[in-house]
Amino acid sequence: MKISPSEVAHVAALARLRLSDEMSAKLTVQLNDILTAMDKLAQLDTSGVPSTNHALDLSGAMRPDQARDSLDHEQALANAPDSDGRSFIVPKVI
Amino acid sequence: MELYELSLTQAVDMLAKGEVSSLELTQALLGRIEDTEPQVKAYLTLTGEAALEQAKAEDQARAKGQAGPLGGVPAGLKDVLCTAGVRTTCGSKILNNFVPPFDAFLVKKLKQAGMVLLGKHNMDEFAMGSSTENSGFEASHNPWDLAAIPGGSSGGNGGRVGAGSSLFSVGTDTGGSIRQPASHCGVVGLKPTYGRVSRFGLVAFASSLDQAGPITRTVADAALVLSVIAGHDPADSTSAPRPVPDYAASLGRGVKGLKLGVPKEFFVEGLDPEVEATVKAAMAELTSQGAELVQVSLPHTEYALPVYYIIAPAEASSNLARYDGVKYGLSVRAEGGGLLDMYLDSRSQGFGPEVIRRVMLGTYALSAGYYDAYYGKAGQVRTLIRRDFEAAFEKVDAIVGPVTPTPAFDIGQKVDDPLQMYLSDVFTLSTNLAGLPGISIPAGFSKAGRPIGLQIIGPHFAEETLFAVGHAYEQATDHHLRRPPL
Repeated sequence: MKISPSEVAHVAALARLRLSDEMSAKLTVQLNDILTAMDKLAQLDTSGVPSTNHALDLSGAMRPDQARDSLDHEQALANAPDSDGRSFIVPKVI
Repeated sequence: MELYELSLTQAVDMLAKGEVSSLELTQALLGRIEDTEPQVKAYLTLTGEAALEQAKAEDQARAKGQAGPLGGVPAGLKDVLCTAGVRTTCGSKILNNFVPPFDAFLVKKLKQAGMVLLGKHNMDEFAMGSSTENSGFEASHNPWDLAAIPGGSSGGNGGRVGAGSSLFSVGTDTGGSIRQPASHCGVVGLKPTYGRVSRFGLVAFASSLDQAGPITRTVADAALVLSVIAGHDPADSTSAPRPVPDYAASLGRGVKGLKLGVPKEFFVEGLDPEVEATVKAAMAELTSQGAELVQVSLPHTEYALPVYYIIAPAEASSNLARYDGVKYGLSVRAEGGGLLDMYLDSRSQGFGPEVIRRVMLGTYALSAGYYDAYYGKAGQVRTLIRRDFEAAFEKVDAIVGPVTPTPAFDIGQKVDDPLQMYLSDVFTLSTNLAGLPGISIPAGFSKAGRPIGLQIIGPHFAEETLFAVGHAYEQATDHHLRRPPL
């Protein structure tokens, strides 16, 4: 087994997902199938091969460090589930 | 000919000559949407009234000689693209009520060019899927056969352009999501080179793979749309700082003397015989016009699927961390619950099953102890896939082959088997991993009447070659002129 039910629970906690028992059981089976298919990669010898994280060889784009127009408070908070007009309001943290 | 049957370039020409007004066109398309939407179900949001107002404004602008290159053309866009003041859901319940405060860079360009926005097209949730069945709202249907999927994830775009209720559309392609629905809906779909079109305002799925591009009726239409949306954007650090060529000028170049690579790995077991025969007939047509077919090999093709389904979910798990119920979107706040409860409940109730599956897969691949075996290894094999293409493009100008292994499958056929669903992208994934441009053009139909596309892949920034080959093929065939029986 590539991934156990307890690992599924651990990954769900990392991903901030609450899974029902039924969903966890189904995901355990499906993730095992998918991860088994990924084993194909282990067949390849990739020693010394650099990793590609971006397909084009772009270097970092820089711009002058100058203040520019951006969203104002009203626009930035327009979609907020809860706000006081200046900040996002969230439930208690501790 | 009905107005909704026009290609984009025909409509632009008629608008310029004063043979039709934007208002007439927009009314005709809104009528077509009303007639076909109950069957195709491809719009998530319609902006009909605003479209009529805008069409009138575009007609006035034209009267003053101020019409842009798409002046007065009505079209819908994939709902992954932010539209200021117009709900943008990304096909997800977690963004059901999200109204962006800004336009995506490419949306701004389209508006400046005079596009009239008809609404937002249905899609697989967060662009994760190959059939549009993963939409958080409803499944779309293929205009050629309502029992069939329209493809995905830009299935609403394919369905709408195919059905004639959007004169063109812009979709996004992370592993095939423009080309695959274009192939299934009998229209043209171009995934440009990574970096050719800004990703600013494109809701991120996998940032190193996502690229926006046109879905249209003809290759000339695609060239026109790309010329509007391409270009450097200082707000996207991965957007390419290169000039935009005159794409329309490439259309008439022809294929004489071009070398077209045929990768043997694309013609393997699992390729539907009707797809194979259609693609081979298209290659024969290109040969008859003077192109030379050259056998090439892309030996790591079979590894593209596992590489993609590590890298894309890994990037997605990171990108989708922003949906936490704090700043926008669904926020579930249970009585007496804390911050963590809000995160857990909002995400679990807002995301659909495929998104949860990919976030889980990506989180696992990036988690301590598994990073090297999965994400690290996938990045190395991605280099090998890229090198395969580089070696092939030393010998040929472009590569030709199928878009998908089969014509569109039936709705419901693969929903319970994610691995089978993933296999429908087997010929399109590798171009995203290598950042290459690829186009799907209509090449025929199965006996059951479902469209089949031909894929043409080019080196980085060789969109002009794709347009030249696609246009040459189109001039000799009439598949792109057929319209669905809807």
